[in-house]
Amino acid sequence: MNKKGTTAPWAPFFFLAPFLVTFAVFTVYPLVLSVWLTAHQTFGPGYGRYVGFGNFLNMLADANFWIALRNTTIFALTTTAIEMPLALLLAILMNQQWLRGKIYFRLLIFSPALVGSVFVGIMSAIVFQKRTGMLNQVLHYLFNFNPDFPWLSTYLMPAMIVASIWMWTGFNMIYFLAALQNVDNDLLDAASMDGANTWQRFWHITLPSIRPVAGYVTLISLISGFQVFELPYLMLSRAGAGPENRGLTVVMYLYKSGFNIGDLGYASAIGWALALILIMLSIVYRRTLRDEQQ
Amino acid sequence: MTPFGRTFFLNIAKIVTYALLTVTCLVTLTPFFWMICAAFKTKEDFFACTFLPHGDGLFGIAWSQLTFENFVRIFTELDFSNSILNSFFLASTTAVLSTITAAMGGYALAKFNFKGKDFITSLVFAAIIIPTPLLIAPSYQLLYQIDLLDTYWGLLLPAVAPAFGVFLFRQAMLNSVSTNLLESARMDGCGEIQTFFTIVLPLVRPMIGAYLLIVFLGTWNNFISPQIVLQDADKFPLSVAMSGLQTTYRSEYGMISAGTFISIAPVVFLFMLLQKEFITGLTSGAVKN
Repeated sequence: MNKKGTTAPWAPFFFLAPFLVTFAVFTVYPLVLSVWLTAHQTFGPGYGRYVGFGNFLNMLADANFWIALRNTTIFALTTTAIEMPLALLLAILMNQQWLRGKIYFRLLIFSPALVGSVFVGIMSAIVFQKRTGMLNQVLHYLFNFNPDFPWLSTYLMPAMIVASIWMWTGFNMIYFLAALQNVDNDLLDAASMDGANTWQRFWHITLPSIRPVAGYVTLISLISGFQVFELPYLMLSRAGAGPENRGLTVVMYLYKSGFNIGDLGYASAIGWALALILIMLSIVYRRTLRDEQQ
Repeated sequence: MTPFGRTFFLNIAKIVTYALLTVTCLVTLTPFFWMICAAFKTKEDFFACTFLPHGDGLFGIAWSQLTFENFVRIFTELDFSNSILNSFFLASTTAVLSTITAAMGGYALAKFNFKGKDFITSLVFAAIIIPTPLLIAPSYQLLYQIDLLDTYWGLLLPAVAPAFGVFLFRQAMLNSVSTNLLESARMDGCGEIQTFFTIVLPLVRPMIGAYLLIVFLGTWNNFISPQIVLQDADKFPLSVAMSGLQTTYRSEYGMISAGTFISIAPVVFLFMLLQKEFITGLTSGAVKN
């Protein structure tokens, strides 16, 4: 029996135990294991051969790895560059005081993000079909667009980008909208008293105060863009990576190396290359954040 | 005064805003609408018309040509109802287990002082930035070593250690659980576990709702983990079952559409019920920091 009013010394450890145990087994240990794996070539789990830095050297000389990295970079940068301004614009439109039906607009525009990348990928595999797919039919009806436009072969990357924009713009909009709602109204009122017009208020008050959120959303968008897998994998109906590997992404290549070929070592090396890129992105983001605060 | 005063421009702005938002909603919804139409069409009608078949019925649509055939086929030719149950089981179990461990961990880090607290807190912060693809290959090796491949435990246990969840609950506890309240509960002789369940958890109820939903959606939509861990088709959740359907019934667009419709309807419905909690939980981490 402990003294009344004091915390029991075992309590914090009791509450942390389930997290710490599973975390140690399913996150820390796999991290260690992945370092070990990078130095081995495996043939399925359990059969490994020591190769030292061989996996990394192979990776640097592997044309497919560079194709995957190039595709992924293009995908992450393009989708972020298009989604961010679009999401901000939608959030500004949604933030007008006189707007009615706000929750319905929000629900509808956000809805694609609820549908996982798997199902968006499966839908896209049909929507982007030539002739029978929705996109070409609607575009043909509206703008007399070529109904045989080959989205799923030659223009795979644009199709992936279009699908991603459709899916994630509303998701990003939610963050911008929350940030806009947190902008200090008194400050805006004071500025208009001093004769600042709408544009000046937006540029000097609104934009600086949503910058932290904008930075965060951009980082998240880039990070998830670099990890893209399900969308192209299911869009191609497992038909490989598309012509000339046009739909091959880094995680898809990791998956194929690890589970189609069975080399978990090579897959781990690809995983570390990806992790390095993502950690560098996070560091750049934190640096900019810190410099701004000083 | 010019005829084009302030109200005139405000009205123009309103019209433009509503028009842009309406167009955005249409662009967002058209693929869903098209897919639902495809689910109810025969194979011939799928190729013959973009949305619904033309005819003499209401709104010039041949309602009588619509069919449940695609739905019947995915439930009879495939074990689709089993996949639905698997998805529900996995998503809800993961959500509940993950919420309990995350809330407990977050509570310990927010409201207790103990040796190693700073170290564990920075561990949690660091763990958030570990990219999931990095863990794919070694986790498979680990599950092979401990013989959990092709079991639900192999999916549930790794999902129970959510650093991100511990982080979210830590923030929520710091904001909404007062230390004075905890002290007076202990004065009254309330045990630690009792305090947690009867005092602490009710105070972070909005966070619990949001987190349950986030994990439920994340698990429901997860593809890569069940795809790698499970081998037995009886255990497949909808995401993996649908990917299989897409490969085996390549040109059965109606069936694929019907399956996708069933796969996404529950999450959309759940979200509509809990929209407010979900968005608050989603944005709380970003906006406050």
